[in-house]
Amino acid sequence: MDLSAINPVLLIASLMVAATAVMIAAIGELIVERAGVLNLGVEGMMITGAICGFAVAVQTGSPTAGFIAAAAGGAALSMLFAFLTQFALANQVASGLALTLFGLGLSALLGQGYQGIKPPSTPRLDIPVLSDLPWVGRIVFGHDLMVYFGLALVAATWAFLKYARAGLVLRAVGENHDAAHALGYKVVRIRVLAIAFGGAMAGLGGAYISLVRVPQWTEGMTAGIGWIALALVVFASWKPWRVLLGAYLFGGVTVLQLNLQAAGIAIPVEYLSMSPYIITIVVLVIMSADKSRAPASLGRIFHATH
Amino acid sequence: MLRLEKRRQPSRAFAWATPVLAVVATMIFGGLLFAALGKDPLVAIRTIFWDPLFGQHAFYYRPQLLVKGGPLILIAIGLSLGFRAGIWNIGAEGQYILGAICGAGVGLAFYPMEGWFIFPLMVIAGALGGLVWAMIPGLLKVKFGTNEILVSLMLVYVAEQLLASVSLGLLKNPQGFGFPGSRNLQQYDSAHNAELIAGTGMHWGVAAAFIAVIFAYILLTRHQLGYHIRLTGEAPRAARFAGVSPTRLVLFCLGISGACAGLAGMFEVSGPAGQVTIDFNTGYGFTAIIVAFLGRLHPVGILLAGLLMALTYIGGEIAQSGLGLPAAAIQMFQGMLLFFLLAVDVLTGYRLRLGGATKEGEAA
Repeated sequence: MDLSAINPVLLIASLMVAATAVMIAAIGELIVERAGVLNLGVEGMMITGAICGFAVAVQTGSPTAGFIAAAAGGAALSMLFAFLTQFALANQVASGLALTLFGLGLSALLGQGYQGIKPPSTPRLDIPVLSDLPWVGRIVFGHDLMVYFGLALVAATWAFLKYARAGLVLRAVGENHDAAHALGYKVVRIRVLAIAFGGAMAGLGGAYISLVRVPQWTEGMTAGIGWIALALVVFASWKPWRVLLGAYLFGGVTVLQLNLQAAGIAIPVEYLSMSPYIITIVVLVIMSADKSRAPASLGRIFHATH
Repeated sequence: MLRLEKRRQPSRAFAWATPVLAVVATMIFGGLLFAALGKDPLVAIRTIFWDPLFGQHAFYYRPQLLVKGGPLILIAIGLSLGFRAGIWNIGAEGQYILGAICGAGVGLAFYPMEGWFIFPLMVIAGALGGLVWAMIPGLLKVKFGTNEILVSLMLVYVAEQLLASVSLGLLKNPQGFGFPGSRNLQQYDSAHNAELIAGTGMHWGVAAAFIAVIFAYILLTRHQLGYHIRLTGEAPRAARFAGVSPTRLVLFCLGISGACAGLAGMFEVSGPAGQVTIDFNTGYGFTAIIVAFLGRLHPVGILLAGLLMALTYIGGEIAQSGLGLPAAAIQMFQGMLLFFLLAVDVLTGYRLRLGGATKEGEAA
């Protein structure tokens, strides 16, 4: 075992990459849950985004087109969930599970023939002097654009919920849909938009895994990241900044265990591989003491009688 | 404009009709899907739903119906109790794996000794394995209020890693020429879950599934605990005032569903699968969720839904080899079924109205 092989600069840099997918997906789900909807289909939308993005990026040769397609694919799939829960008034837990099961099948079907192909590489930010700075250059200026997009998304979501009028309306719908309806806000329309946003972000997160993180396509490649995104929202007590914190914690654990595997530590690989999931559970337990912040209408069915 | 009007009471007719409607809708849209993949939709549907039962080689496929349906029904029955009470164990796949590991582990510990007591001990170990695995989200929920959906699901991934670990290490066949996987239990008489009646596919796991159906039916219709489960699902506040202990209910529902999933895993590993391997689990734990909903969380419904879902598995395999239909298409087909079910289910509780006019809603 050689722990000195683990370079702390690279560790932090790769931590940011490992955290990006789950962070983007979790922010999407955060908006959905702040609107009072619990969408358990994140995993299904992520994997669908992963294959949509991968396929389009391979066909067009443009990663940007891939990411756009991934967002569109995730959003399109989320509309099924929106139809079920907002119009057919189906149980949100069951509908979310259905979305995940369906998405896993759909992605496997779409992904036929894409196995073993390398996607076009997503360019990294490369600013002549800054990116070559020791330490800081690699960590702050050496990533692909999606890493920065993720960070900007967290900031934008925070500002949106705190300062924007639309953010206030969204929160009102999530806290008390009957009151929001009585005030004349279109509860269903707002929720459908939130669900579409959540789907698009989950799709982007998925595409980040298939286009940058791995980068290739294998069936079921999201391996529970979508569920971890759901856990992150609870961990974050529905606050954007804490999603960032949680995502970096998760990314750190993932990267660290991969590094330990590579360094040949005496712990079997399987036990290292299960550590991110176990740590997610531990964190969930610690955070579940604080229940007060869940949106009050979360998961409740809204049916306007007037 | 279409709008929904709440029924005073859920329609009993629609409660029975919606699963049928969902199956029909799935067949239609599945057919379109198969057509889009360049297959003749009628042939594909016939291959999936008709050939396993009445086709040329049906004598071979019919026993498979019980082999595949058994674990699905057993797991779904366990899950349905919790789902009724709003307790969401969606980690049955992990509990299934743990049941298999524990059951096979006990059997292999006795190898090569023969004895009548070995198989019963394996059954107990399998049930306990699943139960303990399900108790983790259960205890965390009652102690700390942790979300059982997320914890039970996270534990699936942990269980999969554990499965890989034991097939490469602890339970690996010492005479397996270095290949991963345990000894084959089918070649170890005392631990083999053989067919009870040759050529029918009926093994102890299927028997356990039938017993579970009867047990669940009696529990839900004749027993106070079953009444508490139904009450908690339909009116949680009323249940609290009636003195139903949520703690006991959570532990019972998670425990029983875990034990059922563990049993299913144990019967599978000692019977049809034969050995613990890295890819032993095939998603029964997740498909069972569809089965539970398709059966409307009712024991008899689950029995029928489990057999139907087993049919799509078998028919899917035939279509895969015969028509070259991708396995993923079948998986999507099963997912679609749950979608349509949830969509048409609205008709049970609501009436579809067109504008202001009084008109009975037609099926989707």
